Amino acid sequence: MIENKALITVNDLTVAYKEKPVLWDIDVEIPKGVLLSVVGPNGAGKTTLIKAMLGLIKPAAGTVSFFGQNYKRVRKKIAYIPQRNSVDWDFPTTVIDVVLMGRYGHLGWFSRPGVTDYELAKKALEKVGMEDFFDRQINQLSGGQQQRIFLARALVQDAEIYFMDEPFVGVDIATEKAIVNLLKLLRSDGKTVIVVHHDLQTLKEYFDWVLLLNVRKIACGPVKKVLTPKNLQLTYGGRTFNIGKDVALNLDLD
Amino acid sequence: MHDVISSLFLNYTFLIVIIGTSIIGSVAGSLGVFAVLRRQSLLGDCIAHAALPGICIAFLISVSKQSWTLLAGAIVAGVIGALLLHLIQEYSELKRDAALGIILSVFFGFGLVLLTYIQSQEISEQSGLNVYLFGNAATLLRNDIYVMGSLGIVVILFLILFWKEFKVVSFDKDFASTLGFPQKRIDFFITFLTVISIVVGLQAVGVVLMSALIIAPAVAARQWTDQLYKMVMLSALFGILSSVSGVIISSLYEKMPTGPVIVIMVSIIVVISLFFAPKRGIFVSYIRHINQKLTIHSDRVLLNLYQFSEVQKDPTFAHDITVLDFVGEGSTLSILNKLKNKKLVYNPRNGYWGLSIKGVKYVKNLLKETKNA
Repeated sequence: MIENKALITVNDLTVAYKEKPVLWDIDVEIPKGVLLSVVGPNGAGKTTLIKAMLGLIKPAAGTVSFFGQNYKRVRKKIAYIPQRNSVDWDFPTTVIDVVLMGRYGHLGWFSRPGVTDYELAKKALEKVGMEDFFDRQINQLSGGQQQRIFLARALVQDAEIYFMDEPFVGVDIATEKAIVNLLKLLRSDGKTVIVVHHDLQTLKEYFDWVLLLNVRKIACGPVKKVLTPKNLQLTYGGRTFNIGKDVALNLDLD
Repeated sequence: MHDVISSLFLNYTFLIVIIGTSIIGSVAGSLGVFAVLRRQSLLGDCIAHAALPGICIAFLISVSKQSWTLLAGAIVAGVIGALLLHLIQEYSELKRDAALGIILSVFFGFGLVLLTYIQSQEISEQSGLNVYLFGNAATLLRNDIYVMGSLGIVVILFLILFWKEFKVVSFDKDFASTLGFPQKRIDFFITFLTVISIVVGLQAVGVVLMSALIIAPAVAARQWTDQLYKMVMLSALFGILSSVSGVIISSLYEKMPTGPVIVIMVSIIVVISLFFAPKRGIFVSYIRHINQKLTIHSDRVLLNLYQFSEVQKDPTFAHDITVLDFVGEGSTLSILNKLKNKKLVYNPRNGYWGLSIKGVKYVKNLLKETKNA
């Protein structure tokens, strides 16, 4: 095998619902230790891309490899944080129980979480500033708190790669800042973080890499290099005119 | 009446019936929790109806009413129904409710045709097969109990064994799948266990109403607790309570089918739970709502009094109630009287009201809180 510097390699990935292609021929290489944001308009296939990378959606064609291996062989090194609204927050369970679910993969079949798992879960709750909430019912949490415990659940997985789907939707500013700080901490620990995001305003401030997506890959690389007016025009198409002000703000690149 | 019941319990056959229905109630109650939490309540109804042709075909093949054979037929038919449902959803544009409706009516219709055909035949054993429609717990025999008991134990054991896996799949299936738990297979396994727990109850409760025993105890249990294992245990308890009481009541009247009475009992539990459960009950949240509204109204009256007094430089100055009525939303007098009981206001003469020292403190606190929020 040829020595490959990329940590994650996506090759010719194509996903279609019925006959309509949602992702078309995506080729991406993501190096270790970046904070990558996947950006694009609604329906660009951002969520589909990470779900396909994690084997949750079967692609029509293409391959994805992590550490040069198939996802199934390295899944313990990969943590996934789904969209907050994808679960029923009225499910009868407590905060600590949800965080403990992050240990289930390490535990494997049948065995139950033990004392060390509880300690790890509590530590993760401390990191997201939710330690006082450990025995709280999850239906009493605000949007920001829900997102924090989802992040804690991923932290106890002790992974190398973190996937997050829209973590900033419907959360308060304090939570958004707290999450960003944690993501930056993860990056400085050498972890790789991939975040589906749609706020162009904060892109430059929060992330160092960006993948511009609109069914096809428009560009992928360091934010400063990739976030050009031309690329944004390509990503958002005719809609650039509608969001002209936003783009203009973001075109304010050094 | 009391004598009737106590003599019933001493009766050996009746004891069998009680044990049988307890098994049904507990197994249906515990598995029902997962059906309800995974938003698959109607799946139970569909499977129960789908089991009827299975029972009829098993009877036609074996020409016996052995529980094992009939239940095996019911399980096979239930599983086929669930599989077809899955296939329809996977490969067609049909919505879930339409798919459920189709499976339910096609299987049930076919079952009724078979049942009518069997009853028209000169088979000596055929009488009594129609208990599977509305259920008759009195037909349970010792042998049936063994069959139901062993199936029930297997279901509960699997539930305990796969507890963690069932929990994570029910809460967040995509996440479970990234952890390496095959979400679709686990999902279908839960459905399979649901099929078994439904089939166990068919003879005593009947295909038409069995789904109530899957859904209702779980819905009631959800009202009382916020923890999964407690919900499962409560749901099992409600299942036992309703099925046993249903059996006792229906046995007091001749020819009373068990199923409908059990459903009435479980409905009573659901209604009580929906209205009176602490925290989630409609009644309790209504009272909480009213209290909140009252607090807001009385806080406003106090605030108004305070603001009027700012002009007077004396915060306890007494004002004419007509002014307060004018800015308030009516019923000011009754609110003021309640506040007087709490010593927050005083009225020096008829129609005039002012804040007490305590009231002034209360309002100042209130203003501070709203500032901080």
